[in-house]
Amino acid sequence: MYVAVKGGEKAIDNAHAWLAEDRRGDPSIDVLSVAQIREQLSFAVNRVMAEGSLYDPQLAALAIKQARGDLIEAIFLLRAYRTTLPRFGTSHPIETEKMSCIRRISATFKDAPGGQVLGPTFDYTHRLLDFKLAADGDIEEAELASKPLDEAVPHITNFLNAEGLIQQEPNTDTEPGDLTREPLELPANRALRLQSLARGDEGFVLGMAYSTQRGYARNHAFVGELRIGDVTVEMDIPELGFSIEIGEVEVTECETVNQFQGSKTEPPQFTRGYGLVLGQSERKSISMALVDRALRWKELGEDNLGAPAQDEEFVLYHCDNIQATGFLEHIKLPHYVDFQSELELIRKLRREAQSHLQTQEAAE
Amino acid sequence: MSEYNFAYLDEQTKRMIRRSILKGLAIPGYQVPFASREMPMPYGWGTGGVQVSAATLTPDDTLKVIDQGADDTTNAISIRKFFQKTAGVNVTEKTAEASLIQTRHRIPEVTLREDQILVYQVPIPEPLRFLEPSEVETRKMHALEEYGLMHVKLYEDISKHGAIATSYAYPVRVEGRYVMDPSPIPKFDNPKMEMAAVQLFGAGREQRIYALPPYTEVISLDFEDYPFEASKADHACDLCGAENSYLDEVIIDDQGGRIFVCSDTDFCTSRQDQTKEEAA
Repeated sequence: MYVAVKGGEKAIDNAHAWLAEDRRGDPSIDVLSVAQIREQLSFAVNRVMAEGSLYDPQLAALAIKQARGDLIEAIFLLRAYRTTLPRFGTSHPIETEKMSCIRRISATFKDAPGGQVLGPTFDYTHRLLDFKLAADGDIEEAELASKPLDEAVPHITNFLNAEGLIQQEPNTDTEPGDLTREPLELPANRALRLQSLARGDEGFVLGMAYSTQRGYARNHAFVGELRIGDVTVEMDIPELGFSIEIGEVEVTECETVNQFQGSKTEPPQFTRGYGLVLGQSERKSISMALVDRALRWKELGEDNLGAPAQDEEFVLYHCDNIQATGFLEHIKLPHYVDFQSELELIRKLRREAQSHLQTQEAAE
Repeated sequence: MSEYNFAYLDEQTKRMIRRSILKGLAIPGYQVPFASREMPMPYGWGTGGVQVSAATLTPDDTLKVIDQGADDTTNAISIRKFFQKTAGVNVTEKTAEASLIQTRHRIPEVTLREDQILVYQVPIPEPLRFLEPSEVETRKMHALEEYGLMHVKLYEDISKHGAIATSYAYPVRVEGRYVMDPSPIPKFDNPKMEMAAVQLFGAGREQRIYALPPYTEVISLDFEDYPFEASKADHACDLCGAENSYLDEVIIDDQGGRIFVCSDTDFCTSRQDQTKEEAA
C-alpha cells in the first residue's frame, strides 16, 4: 500500500547538518579564519562586496566562508543581510579626483600629470604556477617608492575636454534613484543603468562587453584611465549642521574614450563609457564602461543595431546573478502539479493525433 | 527571535508592500510594480509570496503553507518555519482553520471563506511574456487592452493540436479588463478563482504584485466553439476515493505501476479520517 512521503522537515534538518559538515571539510585540517579570507582572498572579497552592494570586507569574508567559496552564494548572503539594515541617509558623491591611488594607468597618453602608476597588478606576471607558494607563503617585503605620488591626480579625460574633443557629461544635481528601494522601470536613466551594472554579475557584464568588442554594436574603446584607490565618504549630519568624513572605501574607476562618427546633431568627437566598482575589480569596471557606452546609443543619436549590449531591457533584466541563479535553480523545486497537467495534455493530444492517423489509413 | 522585526520585514517595507496590495485590489488583475526586497531565501523560492504574506500577517493569524497542494513538501515546510521563527504565528495544515494560506501551484479543494486570504507565489506575472519578451511592450499592450496576440496563440494551438495546448498557468481575463496570469496552477483550479477569499499574487524577482478582491469575475480565455475545460486525470483518488479533486500520478514500482492520489494533502487525509471514523 502506498503511503504519501512524509518527513520533509527531518530531511531538511539532516541536509543542513550534512552541509555544515561538508563545509568544514576534513577536521584534521586547520579551520580557515575569516581574517585569512579577508586578507588573502581579497579579490573574492571584493567581488562579493561589489555585487552584494555592501562595503564590508569582514562580512564578505564571512559570507565566503559560509558559502564554501561559492561567490554567488556569498553575494546572496550579503544581499539578504543588507536588506535588513536601516538607512541613516545618503552620502555626498565620492570624489574620485581626490582618490589616493594605488594604481592609475592610461592607455591613451604615455604620461600625464599624476603619472602612470602600475600598482599591484597581475598584468605582467607570467602565469606559471608558483610551486613555492604551495610549500610556504612567505614573501619578501616590496620596496617602497623613493618619493610619494603627486597629490593631484586629475582625470585624464579632462585633458580632452579642453579641446572640446570629448563629449561633455551634463552635470545634473538630480538625486539618483535607488534600485534596491524602487522597482526598476524602463526606460532607466544612466544613473540607474550604472547602478545596475555595478552590482551586476561580473561574468555577464564581461560577456556583454566582449560582444561589443567583437562587433555586436562595436564601439572601439580606449582605456582613457583606470584608477584604483581609497576615497573618503562624507555625509551631512543634521545634528551637526555640516558634513563629516564617515569612512573610506576602496573603488576601481574606469573611463573609456570611444570613437564617435558624429550624427545629425553632433560633430565628430570622442565619447565616454564609465565604470565604477566597489573594491579592486579592473575586469568588472572596464566591462561596465564598455556596456555603459553601448547602452548610450539613443542619447548619442546612434543607430540601434539590434545588438544585445544595446538593449537596455535585456542587459538590466538579466545582469543580476542573484535573480538569475534563483530563477534558474528554482526549476529543481517540485513541479508535480504542472507536470501532471502536461502529462494529461500530451496523452490527450497523442490519442487524438493517433486516432486521426488511423482514420486516415482506414480511408486510404 | 528578537533581532528581526515581526515577520522579518521592517515596518516601512511592509507599508510599501501594503500600498501595492491595496492598489492591486483597486485595479483587479493589474500588475503593480513594487520594490521587492532581497529575502533570505532565493528568488524562485516564493520571495514574492513571502513578502506579501509578511506584509499581511498579524500576530493573531493562523498560517498554512502549501506547495503543489501539500503541506509537507520541503519548500512549504521551509516557508512555514520561516514565519514561525520570525512572526511566531500559529500554523496549521487544516485549510478551514487557516486565516492566511500561502500557496505555490494550487488552490485548495475546500471552498475558501471571506475571512481568509490566499497568497500565491508567482514566477512570471506577465501572461504575455512568452509571446512578447519585452516588458516595455507588454505594459503597453495591457494599457491598450491589446490582447489579440493571446487569442492568436490560442487559435494557433487549436489549428495545430485540435485543442488549446496550455494545461497550467492558463490565462484569465479579470472583470472584462486585464488578462492575468493565475500563476502556474493547473487549469483545473481556474474556475475556483471566483471565490469569497481575497487573492493576492506576489512575484518577487519580477517585482510585481497583483490581486483579486472577493467575488471578482475571472474568466478563462477560450472560444465559443472550443470552450475552456477544467481537466484532471480521469480517475478517483486511490487513497480517499475523491472523484472531484486534482490528482498527482505516483509511480509505485519499476513495472510502470502507478496510482493517483489527491495533490491537496489536507483534503485527502481529512477524507480518509472521516471514512475511518464512520467505519469505527
